[in-house]
Amino acid sequence: MAIVTLTIDGEQLSAQDNESLLEIARQHKIEIPTLCHLDGLSDVGACRLCLLEIEGSNKLAPACTTRPMEGMVVHTNTEKLKKYRRMIVALLASEGNHQCSVCMVNNHCELQNLAYDTGLLYVRVPYLYPNKVTDASHESFIIDRDRCVLCTRCVRVCHEVEGAHVWDIAGRGIDCTIVADLNVPWGSAESCTSCGKCVLVCPTGALVKKGESVAEMEKHTDFLKYIVTARRKGEWISIENEEE
Amino acid sequence: MPPTTTTPKPHPSGDNRFKLLDRAITKHQSRGDALIEVLHAAQGIFGYLENDLLVYIARALKLPLSRVYGVATFYHFFTLKPKGKHTFVLCTGTACYVKGANKIQHAAEECCKVKFGQTTPDDKISLVQARCVGSCGIAPVAVLDDKVAGKLTPEGAVERLMAWKNEKDEVTA
Amino acid sequence: MTVEDLQELAEQEQQRQEKFTNRLMYCAAAGCVSCGSINVRDMLKKALAEKNLAATVEVVGTGCMGLCGEGPLVKVLPEGTLYQRVDETVARKIVEEHLVTKTPVKDNEIDTSHPFFAEQMKIVLENCGRIDAEKIEEYIAVEGYAALARVVTEMQPAEVVEEVRKSGLRGRGGAGYSTGLKWGIVRKVQSDTKYVVCNADEGDPGAFMDRSVLEGDPHRILEGMAIAGYAVGAQQGYIYVRAEYPLAIERLRLAIKQAERLGLLGNRIFDSQFNFRIDLRIGAGAFVCGEETALIRSIEGRRGRPRPRPPYPSEKGLWGMPTLLNNVETYANIAPIIRKGSTWFAAIGTPKSTGTKVFALAGKIRNTGLIEVPMGISLRKIVFDIGGGTPEGTEFKAAQTGGPSGGCIPAAHLDVPVDYESLSSVGSIMGSGGMIVMDSTSNMVDVAKYFMDFCKDESCGKCIPCRVGTVHIHGLLERIAQGKATTNDLPLLEELCMMVKETSLCGLGQSAPNPVLSTLRFFRNEYEELLQEPATFVPSGTDTPPTTH
Repeated sequence: MAIVTLTIDGEQLSAQDNESLLEIARQHKIEIPTLCHLDGLSDVGACRLCLLEIEGSNKLAPACTTRPMEGMVVHTNTEKLKKYRRMIVALLASEGNHQCSVCMVNNHCELQNLAYDTGLLYVRVPYLYPNKVTDASHESFIIDRDRCVLCTRCVRVCHEVEGAHVWDIAGRGIDCTIVADLNVPWGSAESCTSCGKCVLVCPTGALVKKGESVAEMEKHTDFLKYIVTARRKGEWISIENEEE
Repeated sequence: MPPTTTTPKPHPSGDNRFKLLDRAITKHQSRGDALIEVLHAAQGIFGYLENDLLVYIARALKLPLSRVYGVATFYHFFTLKPKGKHTFVLCTGTACYVKGANKIQHAAEECCKVKFGQTTPDDKISLVQARCVGSCGIAPVAVLDDKVAGKLTPEGAVERLMAWKNEKDEVTA
Repeated sequence: MTVEDLQELAEQEQQRQEKFTNRLMYCAAAGCVSCGSINVRDMLKKALAEKNLAATVEVVGTGCMGLCGEGPLVKVLPEGTLYQRVDETVARKIVEEHLVTKTPVKDNEIDTSHPFFAEQMKIVLENCGRIDAEKIEEYIAVEGYAALARVVTEMQPAEVVEEVRKSGLRGRGGAGYSTGLKWGIVRKVQSDTKYVVCNADEGDPGAFMDRSVLEGDPHRILEGMAIAGYAVGAQQGYIYVRAEYPLAIERLRLAIKQAERLGLLGNRIFDSQFNFRIDLRIGAGAFVCGEETALIRSIEGRRGRPRPRPPYPSEKGLWGMPTLLNNVETYANIAPIIRKGSTWFAAIGTPKSTGTKVFALAGKIRNTGLIEVPMGISLRKIVFDIGGGTPEGTEFKAAQTGGPSGGCIPAAHLDVPVDYESLSSVGSIMGSGGMIVMDSTSNMVDVAKYFMDFCKDESCGKCIPCRVGTVHIHGLLERIAQGKATTNDLPLLEELCMMVKETSLCGLGQSAPNPVLSTLRFFRNEYEELLQEPATFVPSGTDTPPTTH
C-alpha cells in the first residue's frame, strides 16, 4: 500500500492506492452517481453511471473499480459525462415499466433520484414495455421483475453476505432476469432464508415487502456496514467469490 | 413451472444414463468450475437439460441451483426443452447473410409453419439458427441433422424439409 | 524424448514418405468434407487398388487448401498439381489419367500461377494442405516441435520473450497489442501458478481462419502454447474452443494425446525441468466469450460476463492467477519465429505490422476461401487479384472487415494497405480476419441492421448501454429500413451509437456501433433516402420534451 496524490475536479488530494476513486471522491464530498455499487458488496462496474474522464486515457473509467495512480487527473462531472449519465438513466427507464405513481417506493427510489439528479425530463427512445413475471408467492416479499434494473445487488448480497445464493441471473442480453433457484416461484425456493436483505438493498420497487402501499416503503442499507466490519472489509471478497 | 424438486432424485435404477453422467462428473473431480463441461456431457447423454437433471448436477457439483440455471440459460448451446426428431440449423453468419440466407429462412418458416427457435407441433423438425458454422466458403450453409449442406437454395431447403415432414413414423406407430 | 529422438523421428517419417511415388492430398477440412471429399477419398483408394497402386501411392487427408468455394480439392504430390471440384468421376480420372498415363485432368486442373496463389504468403497456413493433421509424425517431419526443442534446451525464458518482441508480432485476435510485451508482463509477475490460454472461440460471423488452423495443423498451436508456457513460467495451458467446431475439438484432443505419448507435453519436456500440460475447454455458444475476461469466467464454469479491467488477466486472470491469453493465429506464428528468427519475421509486412494475416474471404466474390497475405498488401489486391473481383454483372461496393466489431470499407478506399493502423483510419479494424465482400445489390442500412441484430443477441446483459442501447439502435435501424423513421432519428441514432461505444463495459459493446458508424460515414445517403420529415420539431442533442406549436 502506498500514498498517492491525484487531482479530482481540480482539487489536489492524497489517497491510499488500494482505495477506489469512488471511495476517495466520496471522502472528499465529491458526488458521483452510482447504481450497482453498494458499500459492503463487491463492485461489478456494470451500471456505468460512475464513469469518469481521466486525462491521458481515451477511455472512460468506472470510479468504483478504478484505483488511483500518482499524478492522475480525474474529471467527474464534464458535459459529456452528464449527457451519458442522463442517457443511461433514460435507457433504464425505457427498459422496464417504472410507473412511479403506483410504486411502493415512490419518492424513496434510487432510480427516480437518478432521474432528478441527471436532469432527465424526457425519454427519447421508445419504451420497451416488458412483460416479465411478477411473483408474490413468498410469504413476506414480492418481486416485480418489470421494475428490476438488473443491478445484481440482490444477487451479491444473497451470495456474499447471507451466503444463501438464492438469486442469480438467467438468460442473456435484454432477456436477462433475476431467478430464484431453478427459476421457481420465490415462495418455493428452498434455499431462501427469508432474511430480507435483498429487499433492503434493491434500489427500486422491484423487491418490496408485502403489506406496504404506494410510496410507503423506505429502504435502508446501513445494516451492511455492521455486517461487513465484522468480517474485515475486503478480505472475504476474492475474485472467485465475486458475483457477476 | 415445475414443482420444486430440491431433493435430488436418487440414482434412478435402471437408467444407465446417470452412470454415464456420474462418470463425467468424477472425471472432473466434482469440481464446480467444470459445470459447463458437465452440462455438455449431460446434454450429450440426455438430449436436453430438464430441471431434475439440473438439480442432480447442482447437488453433485455442490453449486447453488440458481447458478446452474443461470449458466444453462446463458449459453445458447444448452437447451432446456426437448428438440424435434430432426434439426435444421441455418447459418446466419455474414457470408451466408450476404448470399441470401434470409430467403432460406423465410422458405423454411413457411414450410414448417413455425419460426426459427421453435419445434413443429408434431415434434418432427426443430428450426435452429446458428451464428456461423465456419463454412463460409460454401455459403449459404445449413446443418441438417449434423450434416453440412453448402450452397443451399430456398427450394433445396424446402425439399429436404418436406422429406422429413412426410417421413412415416414406423417405429413409434 | 530428447532432441536427437525428435530428429530421428523426423527422418524416419521423411523416409517413409519418400517411398511413395505419389501422394494424393485431399482436403479434409469442413468446407470440402461437406462437398463430399470423403467419397472422393474412398474413390481414390478404390481406383488405386484397382490399378495396383495402393502400395506406392498414399492418400492423405489434409487441412484447408484455401479455395473453399471450388471444393473438394485434391493435390497430387510431388508435382503439386491442384484439382478443383473433384467428384468421384474426377477422382477416378486422377488415378487413371494423371498417375497411370501421366496426363493431367485438364478440365479440373487449377492454374497455380493465378494471383489467388501467387500473391499469397504462407506462414500460419504453411502446413495446411501439406500434412495429415491427425499424424504427429508428419508434423515432426516438417520441423515440427523443433522450435520447442530449441527453446527448452538452448534459450532462457527472457530470451524467448525478447525474440518474440523483436519479431514485432501483434495479437491476431483483432486488437493488435504487441505479443512480446504481453509475454514480458506475464513473465515478470511473481507467482507460483500461471496459466497460458489460447482463445479459439472464433465467434465473428464470416470468419473461419482459426478453425482451419485447428483442423489442419493442431500441433502448431500446442507447440506455440508450450513455448509461451516456457517463456512466461506457466505449467498449464487451456484451449477454449467453440462447441460449433466438433472436428477441431476432435483433432485437438487427438493431437494432445499424441504429444503426451511422445513426451512433448507433460513432465520434463526434452529432459529439462520444464513441465507443461494442455487441457481443452469447450465453449457453449456465446460470442462475448471471445472477450478475455468473459473467456476466463467461462473456463471457470460461470456465465461468460466480462469484468472491468484493470486488473488485466496478465495480473489476475484464471482463478485469480497471472494468465497469458493469445489467439490461435498468434500462437501459430510462434514456432516459425523461433525457427527462422525474429529478423526474418520482422522483414515481412510493414514496419509496424509485421508478418502475415490470414483472411477468410467470402461474400460476393469469385474466389471464396482462406488466404494468407503479407501485411500491408492493398485491399484492392485482395479483392480483385486474389479474390477475382465480384461476380459478373455486379460492382464492388464495400468490404467488411472485423465482423460485428468492424466496419465497411468503400470502393474509394480500396488502395488502403491492410495493416492495423490504416484499417482503423478508415473506420474499420483488422479484426480476427473475416472479410466479406459486398456488391451493388447489398443495402448498407440492412447490413448495419444485420450486425446490430447480432450484437443485441450476443450482449451478455451486464452493463446497461450494451444491454438496452443495442436494442434501441436495432429498433431505430429497423424503422429506418422500413421507411418509418424521420430526420430526427438520425441524430438520435448517432448519439446512441457514440454513447454505447464510449460507455460500454467490454469490447463487444464498445465496438458494437462500429458497423453503423462506418456505414453512416460512407453511405449516409442510403440512410437519408429512407427518412421522412417529422411531424413535430425535436431539437437534437437534448432530452427535453418536443415543443408543440
